[in-house]
Amino acid sequence: MATKPAELTPGTSRSVVLVENLTRTQIVMYAGASGDFTPLHTDEPFARHAGYPSVFAHGMLTMAMTGTALTDWFGVENLKEFGARFLNQVWPGDTLTATLEVTSVEPSATSDGQIVELKITTTNQDDIAVLSATARVVSTS
Amino acid sequence: MKPRSFPVERGHILTFARAIGDHNPLFTDAETAKQAGFDDVLAPPTFVQGAAHFDDAYPGRPKPGEPWMGSGREASGSPPNADAGTELHAEQYFEYHRPLHAGETLTVESRPGRSWEKQSARAGTLSFSETIHDYLDDSGQPVITVREVGVRTERPVEQ
Repeated sequence: MATKPAELTPGTSRSVVLVENLTRTQIVMYAGASGDFTPLHTDEPFARHAGYPSVFAHGMLTMAMTGTALTDWFGVENLKEFGARFLNQVWPGDTLTATLEVTSVEPSATSDGQIVELKITTTNQDDIAVLSATARVVSTS
Repeated sequence: MKPRSFPVERGHILTFARAIGDHNPLFTDAETAKQAGFDDVLAPPTFVQGAAHFDDAYPGRPKPGEPWMGSGREASGSPPNADAGTELHAEQYFEYHRPLHAGETLTVESRPGRSWEKQSARAGTLSFSETIHDYLDDSGQPVITVREVGVRTERPVEQ
């Protein structure tokens, strides 16, 4: 559920651990739920054959987990835009942390809330960025 | 992605929420969602990816009677080509026109966007192409607009 701070200003930020020691099973759960069974994500012999050390997570799984940090903060019903670039692959065993930072807060033209823009970086345990994202939400606090 | 139509179902949302490790009861418990003023459980922000299940031609799923690229007796169902590049997902953008909830049936209209190339030290020439998907409700109003950017690498990405 959404937990909103009393006041948001540019620079307000939070960091959230999204997953610790990502398992192959979770990657396969995501394949099942999303319908994307691409064997680079689900089939270790195939991934090795294709030149990769193991299967790796769908970029959309990383984006979805990053989205949880966003909707836990602002509420899913308040999300207006969410975009991401996939920078590096995410591997079984990775621990991911999302850092969300408010970049602007403007009064909304159409409601009594505020339009909040954020930049988000998701990094792995080696502090390598795996995903960069932006989001736009309405905050009614 | 071009499903005939995309029924947004509670069970599918539950499965998706579990897969992404999200325990928000708005996604999994209809009573919580109704008490919060919604018709049914809400869909997580990236849930419409699951529309792939309703696309008969979706290439990322094995189909009975058709060859599959994944392993069986051999490591790959595709002819060996170790130098081949990889089709990867580069960018993804969602625009939300309103919350999406279980019980709705969406239709999808897809169109190609831009395409461009870039050089990369780790994977050779990168060919990017964009596709835009409009997810519409039963009155034809947009619920979510998706822009996805795919990239084909010249060779596997160096680690």
